[in-house]
Amino acid sequence: MRIIVCIKQVPDPTSSSSGTTVDPEAKRVIVPQGTPPVMNPYDENALEAALKIKDLQEATVTVISAGKNLAKPVLRKSLASGADELILLDAAAFDKLDSYATAHLLAAAIRQIGEYDLILCGRQAADTDAAQVGSGIAEILKIPGITAACKVETVNNKVVVERVVSDGIEEVEAPMPAMVTVSSELGELRYPGVKEVMAAQRTPITVRKAQDLEIDISQLKKPSLVTLAAPPGRKAECQFVECETPEDAGAELAKRVTEAKLL
Amino acid sequence: MAEYKGVMIYCEIVEGSLLSITYEVLGCSRKLADDLGQELCAVLVGSEIGDLAQEVISCGADKVYVVDDLLLKAYQTDAYVSVMEKVVGQVMPQILVLGQTSVGRDMAPMLAFRLDTLATLDCVELTIDPDTKLLMQTKPVCGGNALATYTCDSYPQIVTVRDKVMTPSESDSSKQGEIITLDAGLDLSAIRTRLLKKIKDEEEGVKLEDAQVIVSGGRGIGNAEGFEQLQELAALVKGAVGASRPPCDNRWIAPSRQVGITGKIVSPDLYIAIGLSGSIQHLSGCGQSKSIIAINNDAEASIFKYADFGVVGDWKKVLPTFTDKLKELLLE
Repeated sequence: MRIIVCIKQVPDPTSSSSGTTVDPEAKRVIVPQGTPPVMNPYDENALEAALKIKDLQEATVTVISAGKNLAKPVLRKSLASGADELILLDAAAFDKLDSYATAHLLAAAIRQIGEYDLILCGRQAADTDAAQVGSGIAEILKIPGITAACKVETVNNKVVVERVVSDGIEEVEAPMPAMVTVSSELGELRYPGVKEVMAAQRTPITVRKAQDLEIDISQLKKPSLVTLAAPPGRKAECQFVECETPEDAGAELAKRVTEAKLL
Repeated sequence: MAEYKGVMIYCEIVEGSLLSITYEVLGCSRKLADDLGQELCAVLVGSEIGDLAQEVISCGADKVYVVDDLLLKAYQTDAYVSVMEKVVGQVMPQILVLGQTSVGRDMAPMLAFRLDTLATLDCVELTIDPDTKLLMQTKPVCGGNALATYTCDSYPQIVTVRDKVMTPSESDSSKQGEIITLDAGLDLSAIRTRLLKKIKDEEEGVKLEDAQVIVSGGRGIGNAEGFEQLQELAALVKGAVGASRPPCDNRWIAPSRQVGITGKIVSPDLYIAIGLSGSIQHLSGCGQSKSIIAINNDAEASIFKYADFGVVGDWKKVLPTFTDKLKELLLE
């Protein structure tokens, strides 16, 4: 079985969550200096889904990432965690692609790979939050697509998925090849051991340039970004309840909240 | 692209009724149609749903397309996407609006790529550009750290709108409209994904999205037992229990309890955040609450920047006396 996992490199969303600003002139988000690039957390969940399948059966896991100046050490983590192969689509033209272009680019690269059974993607990227690439790949390759998975299993050439919906969990199946997007409820990516990290250093990485792919990104339709603005802030002046002990603070908070008629 | 005309909405139905977000989708889309000077049409997809058409007309739609088929009883990606592909192909709207729900999130991107057009999900503002007449689509990006406004000149322009952001339309039973029944014409061989079963969460008391008070826990709660204490407070104030992402990922509580951009958008009168630091992704989901109370042992936690009242301390020590004192005061 061959599983392809699509991984985006993003600025670490945990370290950039405070201090991120917007430059409306340049229409750019500015993350705090020193924010390291990481694998998109939801894509890590997708890789974990692939590795869970590989735990149970013979499987080859191929990771694909697209972008400009991709950080090999960051993406090599996928190999250390258990992926077998890493393909980087690295070109200036692949910088900050929208989801339409990304889906077409990844689909072209997947076609080049040829045979596959399952494509796994994160449900969305932490920087753009567009949440469309996985579904786009499925439609372009004309294979079934299932979104927001919290469990992915393969049985008799079918993929059986538990997906998170607003009032519970749905169990859905589709014949393979299929595409599944994975949500965080599936679980975090496993930690690689020191031996695996060392071994991953020696695994060769395949790098493909724009001319290696049978697609011209510049010819695709694309959305235009009209404005980029900082969100309106919520104005709140927090009244801190301070007491001798936390127990007293709890009781005092109850008093203050009822006085303010919040309850 | 002159042949594309009008605004279309997809009406989401749950257990035979229109989902509340459908009224919000109707409200904002009616305005878009008026600004364009064009028609607003609605699509109802399901089984035994014909009697909802009149209500959709009362809420502002000029035309309603009804696709009623036993095979469409529950949402299934392939079946619904192919129905919508057919309806859009026939009606050719300029704009298609859906709600940002589990269904909208799944269907909108799939349908957009099927129709070879672009979609923008989770919009919080939609307007018509007076010059180009294109749809200006504003959505939060970077977890909510920025608001991006996009346009796209590929038709139909497909968007989903965030829950509880748009003003819902009001029903006026004197309004007239046209109801058109369409055949689903499902090609069974094209239905590849199959729903095997659905496990619904047990709902105790009020639903999270309807609750006036929400008691929400974060990573600091530590385990499933901790959430039982939150449940106790929620029961006392007739509210619902919510959570940030980590407790859901760890299954201390059901994933459907998640509040935030990858969970539910809520706007209760009071949001009580316990052991929850307040990531921007979480605050996107609860920032519209009228008041926020925070209990957290880290004075630097961002939740305090949004809170009206706060206690810096160990929630395990603060919460029991808070609940007890509240019980006493509410009895008075």
